[in-house]
Amino acid sequence: MTTTLPAYDEVVARFEPVIGLETHVELGTNTKMWCGCPTDFGGEPNTRVCPVCLGLPGSLPVANKAAIEATIRIGLALNCSIAEWCRFARKNYFYPDMPKNFQISQYDEPLCFDGYLDVEVNGELVRIGIERVHLEEDTGKTLHVGGATGRIHGATESLVDYNRAGIPLVEIVTKPIPGTGALAPEVARAYVTELRDVIRSLGVSDVRMEEGSLRCDVNTSLNRPGEEWGTRTETKNVNSLRSVERAVRSEMLRQASVLEAGGRITQETRHFHEDTGDTTPGRSKETATDYRYFPEPDLVPIAPDPAWVAELKAALPELPRLHRRRLQEAWGLSDADMQSVLNAGAVELIEQTVAAGASPAAARKWWLGELSRRANETGVELADIGATPAQVAELQSLVDAGKLNDKLARTVLEGVVAGEGSPTEIMTARGLEVVSDTGALTAAVDEAIAANPDIADKIRSGKVAAAGALVGAVMKTTRGQADAKTVRELILSRLGV
Amino acid sequence: MKGAPMAAISREEVAHLARLSRLAVTEEELDTFAGQLDVILQAVAQVGEVAAADIPPTSHSVPLTNVFREDVVTPCLTPQEALSGAPDAEEQRFRVPRILDEDVAS
Repeated sequence: MTTTLPAYDEVVARFEPVIGLETHVELGTNTKMWCGCPTDFGGEPNTRVCPVCLGLPGSLPVANKAAIEATIRIGLALNCSIAEWCRFARKNYFYPDMPKNFQISQYDEPLCFDGYLDVEVNGELVRIGIERVHLEEDTGKTLHVGGATGRIHGATESLVDYNRAGIPLVEIVTKPIPGTGALAPEVARAYVTELRDVIRSLGVSDVRMEEGSLRCDVNTSLNRPGEEWGTRTETKNVNSLRSVERAVRSEMLRQASVLEAGGRITQETRHFHEDTGDTTPGRSKETATDYRYFPEPDLVPIAPDPAWVAELKAALPELPRLHRRRLQEAWGLSDADMQSVLNAGAVELIEQTVAAGASPAAARKWWLGELSRRANETGVELADIGATPAQVAELQSLVDAGKLNDKLARTVLEGVVAGEGSPTEIMTARGLEVVSDTGALTAAVDEAIAANPDIADKIRSGKVAAAGALVGAVMKTTRGQADAKTVRELILSRLGV
Repeated sequence: MKGAPMAAISREEVAHLARLSRLAVTEEELDTFAGQLDVILQAVAQVGEVAAADIPPTSHSVPLTNVFREDVVTPCLTPQEALSGAPDAEEQRFRVPRILDEDVAS
């Protein structure tokens, strides 16, 4: 493609975007949606399958109660109404990612509907309408072989692993989101981020985009001011929060260039490419897909007991947005400081470290300082750095008790990250404790005075600043394991100053 | 099926259904099946005439709701068992012909 894309500022001056997001979340239940096969990520192909999730004749699905409950909780957290009565539906299609030739989903009777989620964009609240939250089953994984490896085009055969088939999958669909203008890409990202945090706070999924337990499709259209909404495209394969933002922006630019040239937008599925940040056309939706949905005859309807729903609602955790606000106040952080905590992915870690006894300032110092630096250097998530909040709190308690100084604490922390044990164990094993035995310290001080008579004379004659050189000498003999302030006081008192 | 209950099924509709079901249907068969399906639809339409607006459509013949199972792991098949009925397998996976015609063509 050789067409030059228009500048983003020009695009948002001439067009208004309408976006919409469809998010799929794999639930973290122990077992699949309709059978007792485990749901763990990975595993050898076709080792987590049974007659039900292989769609063998005569097998019958039975709904997983934990998945129904998790879906209702997600719906409630998104301010949805919960259906009093609803059914599952068969979505019929020919594609081998489901062994049954259909996927059990929900059609016109979603379990949860008509809610909203407030998200913060540049300090302002934007209310995103939620159309529906429904429950379905995930598909198997297909590998296309023959022709170009792994690519769909040119493949002659598909190899299918059904380990993922039947894992409970929740689909969350927003209402169309107009009126966000130039902020549309950021709103999309903020929504998916907030949704992820809400779902994580409910403890119903690990919502990891890189492992595919949170997947996102982005709908985008453009219209000129005062005109009707434009034709939308659906961008798939958007696998990170950053990509959500990039996909909306790139699709806005592409559509604007088509419209400016007098063309029209085709309603189609497009694929997002992580490397280039742009989209290419996939399946055209000119011929509307006909899935011949009908009520699933093998499953009875769901009619959630209102008392149960009320119970679930009462037990919902605090919304992440409000929770963050409360922590920010408790920790006494400015918006900018809180933002750096958020960016580092350290909110929960600091919270847990504080819960384990450290002061907010100390907890923040360790997680945003030494540990964030190491995480960046080694390219791992802060949460996976190898130090736990309890260990960081223990480290700080050793500092507070005067057993470790700052330098020694850093050395101990390195040991913790390397998996050598708890801070106390490492301190003892490596002999890193601050020398607090006054006898040993006095001996070291006397030795330093004897070795540096002229410095000692200077101090005696009132040049107290010269004590620094003796402190250095003592720190050297104690291999840095003395408290500098204590050493200094001791030197002065031994010299009678 | 949408539309008036008495509407006859067209050849085009039969061709569409055949395509969705991946059935190769000849021109002559389209006429035959259109006629046969029409008889079935008319029979169903007769039921529709009896059913008044206050009678909800039946999707399940058993008046049950909320049949759930607890979230407890049960034994799986071995991969050998799982693949034993497969026409073809490779790398412990089900091997199937590429089913992407519609994806590539349209």
